[in-house]
Amino acid sequence: MMGFSGKQLVGVGVFLVAIFVGVPLLINVTGRWDFYFTLTSVALLSIASAGVWLTFYIGRINIGQGAFALIGAYVSAILVVKAGWSFWISLPAAGLFSGLVAVLIGLPILRLRGVYFAMITLVLTQVVTLTALALSITNGAKGISNIPLPSGVAIFGIPLVPDFGAMENTKLAFYLTACLLMVVTYAALYRLVNSRLGHLCRSMQQNEELASSIGVNIAYIRVVIFTISSFFGGIGGAMFGSIAQSVYPSTFVVADSVNFMLNCFLGGLGYVFGPMLGTLVLYFGWDLLFEIGKYQMLVYSLILIAVIRFLPNGLLSVRLGKEGKK
Amino acid sequence: MEQILANGVYLGSQYAMIALGLTLIFALMNVLNFAHGQMYVIGGFVTYTFYGQWGVPFVLALVMSCVTLAILGALIERYLFAPVIKGSAREESTMLLAAGIAFFLDALILIIFGEKQRGVPKIVNGVFNYDFRLIMPYDRILICVLAILSIVAFIGLMQYTKTGRALRALAQDRTAAQLMGVNVDRYSMIGFALGAMLAGLVGGLLVTITGVNLGMGGPTSIKAFMMVMIGGAGVISGAIWGGIILGFMEAIGLAVLSQYGDITYLLIFISLMIFLAVRPQGLMGKPWG
Repeated sequence: MMGFSGKQLVGVGVFLVAIFVGVPLLINVTGRWDFYFTLTSVALLSIASAGVWLTFYIGRINIGQGAFALIGAYVSAILVVKAGWSFWISLPAAGLFSGLVAVLIGLPILRLRGVYFAMITLVLTQVVTLTALALSITNGAKGISNIPLPSGVAIFGIPLVPDFGAMENTKLAFYLTACLLMVVTYAALYRLVNSRLGHLCRSMQQNEELASSIGVNIAYIRVVIFTISSFFGGIGGAMFGSIAQSVYPSTFVVADSVNFMLNCFLGGLGYVFGPMLGTLVLYFGWDLLFEIGKYQMLVYSLILIAVIRFLPNGLLSVRLGKEGKK
Repeated sequence: MEQILANGVYLGSQYAMIALGLTLIFALMNVLNFAHGQMYVIGGFVTYTFYGQWGVPFVLALVMSCVTLAILGALIERYLFAPVIKGSAREESTMLLAAGIAFFLDALILIIFGEKQRGVPKIVNGVFNYDFRLIMPYDRILICVLAILSIVAFIGLMQYTKTGRALRALAQDRTAAQLMGVNVDRYSMIGFALGAMLAGLVGGLLVTITGVNLGMGGPTSIKAFMMVMIGGAGVISGAIWGGIILGFMEAIGLAVLSQYGDITYLLIFISLMIFLAVRPQGLMGKPWG
């Protein structure tokens, strides 16, 4: 499976050049510096969406990614502000903590399927928001603000990551970091989907009992997948909190969880890069519609409804239609 | 104690009605209607406009709420859900559609009715007072009775009429119902309209007590999901039980736990998760819905 065609390699190359060189150049030329924040958000949200997509891959509708993003954001913020850790260590710690929570919660709730799983994960988002409001370590409704910018990292005196606080253009730095994280996430996702585990996931997506009957350890795989998914959510959330320099219980709410799910749907569930496209279209579309003021929500939802009405299998299914059945 | 029980009955009867509409739509079409809370809010605003602003009698305003929502529900089913269900490779696509409709209705409410909290004049004045142990305003009692009557009427409709029989057949097995000569498309539309109508009716009833505002939609949907999960998705009796249980839990929680701050819902959520881990299909649901 690892043999890439020339066309694929060129495509990936063009994409990398576009996001790491093309976009900064374009923003420099047009002077729309605000796009950096938008695109950074897109990159981070698409990391979390990648997690949701992965749970779709084992046939579960996950509307709980907001919960794990919020957990990740809080863990990172608390480690940086209260324990004085470097952000770059707190980032994986946030992901791991989200993953740990996912193991504990996933063991019971992954027995649920279909709409039941969807509803319980939706409720989970609400639970985490309420927990953040009730606990003292999260500062309740006040949240954690004034999170310092990520500090530099140096090994043996060689600077690996520059100090964000001392930089004059933090927007660009955050953009590049977020894109790098996104590329790594999707590379990992692609690798995972095309591995043995990916095949097992596909068998579970189609029929769990059948998969189980031929010796797939479905209980183990679904927890592993849910944990990876939540790890992505935690990473995305932690980075988001660091950019906003603040975390509140309302940073990720039920609507965000629903949006993560919509990103996956819109991009198409059959494609690894679907969630990335879905996030880009949804978030950018929302941002562009900002100019029409109070009709923003109306137009946005109408477009959303129209897309699903006429392309019920996602945006990338247009291409599928041309090439015939996969 | 009496007060807590009375509050529980009052909350439970309303919640049961909300859950009934949601579970009906789910049973018929396998659609998780994210827009249910928004439909409830629209029902409230319609009653507010007719009764609160134009001075139409309350009962007539309620009927207008029902009619508006029934038409809205029928149109949504006919032109959005039915084609998407037919054309989509995975039936979960309807969730995206439902979420889109929820956003759309939110935007519509914002533009038509604004974002302010609205209330209407009381329909009945006075407070029922039993020895200061049980205090309940008369309008709450009236609303509670109306809600219970509506639930009874709904069950009657489902059990004893031709429409109800067709709907139950449809919920049980779509293909079999079709083979027995049930007009599936038509009854799906009727069922969806009926579910939306129930949401509108509760909205109209409750606007007299809690008022109505734009932000109520989402939380109402979440509560309705919880009730449906407690009782079991797609089962009518389950929805009623779910509503009553949630109503009582809320009433008891608010009375007993008030000194610990706002943790009632946190506890309800956690106990729900534990309950579902033990019994995933809810109280009355079929396994895997």
